[in-house]
Amino acid sequence: MIKYIDEYRDKKLVLKLAEEIRKASTKPLRFMEVCGGHTMAIHKFGIPSLLPENIRLLSGPGCPVCVTDRKYIDTAIAFARLDDVIITTYGDLIRVPGSTSTLDAERGAGNDIRIVYSILDALTIALENPDKKVIFLGIGFETTTPSSAAGIYNANAQSIDNFFLYSSHKVMPPAMTALIDEGVEIDGYIAPGHVSTITGTSIYKDIPDKYQLACVISGFEPVDLMLSILMLTKQKEAGKPFVEIQYKRAVRPEGNIKAQRLIEEVFEAKDDLWRGLGILRNSGLRLKDKYAHYDAEKMIPVEVERTKEDKGCICGEILKGIKSPGDCKLFGKACTPSDPVGACMVSNEGACHAWFRYKA
Amino acid sequence: MCLSIPAKIESIEDNMAIVSVGGVTYKASLQLLDDVNVGDYILLHTGFAIQKISPEEAEETLKIFSEFEDLNRKMDEEEKGFRSA
Ligand code: SF4
Repeated sequence: MIKYIDEYRDKKLVLKLAEEIRKASTKPLRFMEVCGGHTMAIHKFGIPSLLPENIRLLSGPGCPVCVTDRKYIDTAIAFARLDDVIITTYGDLIRVPGSTSTLDAERGAGNDIRIVYSILDALTIALENPDKKVIFLGIGFETTTPSSAAGIYNANAQSIDNFFLYSSHKVMPPAMTALIDEGVEIDGYIAPGHVSTITGTSIYKDIPDKYQLACVISGFEPVDLMLSILMLTKQKEAGKPFVEIQYKRAVRPEGNIKAQRLIEEVFEAKDDLWRGLGILRNSGLRLKDKYAHYDAEKMIPVEVERTKEDKGCICGEILKGIKSPGDCKLFGKACTPSDPVGACMVSNEGACHAWFRYKA
Repeated sequence: MCLSIPAKIESIEDNMAIVSVGGVTYKASLQLLDDVNVGDYILLHTGFAIQKISPEEAEETLKIFSEFEDLNRKMDEEEKGFRSA
């Protein structure tokens, strides 16, 4: 029995919630989950099959590996090919196809690329290899950003000068509103639980206020997800959308203020490129001038090959909720988790991967 | 990547904790949290404890079931009362 997990997988409770949702819903509703962790859980637990036909779930742009643009991978590969560089990264990125290679292939070719569990391990590698430049590939949303901020803050406090961050850190709200502005039709968001653990509720204010969409911050177990869908349905049926927390055991309205302060200390907003969504205003994070000497892009010049996109991969449209993996001609044929064409198939939080694993 | 797991703090030394999830232990930096103690449950993400789990709220969420039961019973009773009236 694992505490805080098993009790939220109670089958009786899940079925009861399914019944409550059926009772509460009278009209067609479409809810989007933005977080890749939700996408995975929704398919793993077969949530769609428990819902009445009039309620549909869509996947959105919340898998960090999936939204990372190909140019980022190409640049990381170019860094990896430099003689005096050690690349440190979370395992998720290693198999994502760049224009002509992957980090995995580069590692096979003898370049020093190491998978780490935490940025703190990357710092240790920097300390142990003073004659090398150690670059950490910082990807992820608000959940992951505080750890990168802590890593840079600590590197500075310990005067480690051979450590660098290549940041692709992104913030969630601009993507959530960009989708609605683009005309994707949804009635509400299953808002990302662990992003909200850090940010609190205020970042979602516009979603009900400006766009009149329901918004429920959800946990990741079946009971959490079903309860969130019930709350969203009730909000829409009542015609009064607001930001509601289902995942109360981990999300406080104000978020984690200590983590927010650390992010503010180290990072500032920049316009950033998202796969499928293009450049979104103030949607990415870069190191502040004060920490610019840790910025890999500024400190380590490198030539990057021209980005080539894959023909046939519709990852971008899937991330926007316009298409689903089943619409892709390559799905399950030329593109599988063991031989992925696009990022949405590589990451286990990607919609294509989740479909392949639990649905196909 | 966005996965974070509920882990129990087993020991703390210099702002680093040993935490366990179903018998497996991990290291967790406590740099992002204040006031954590041995025995608390935290959310573990990329080597950092990112939030404390509230046992009270955890229980509240699960109570929804008994609330439903109560509500259903009440509604059934009301319905009966309505019919007999
Ligand atoms: S199945 Fe593969 S090729 Fe098709 S959209 Fe998904 S990742 Fe891209």
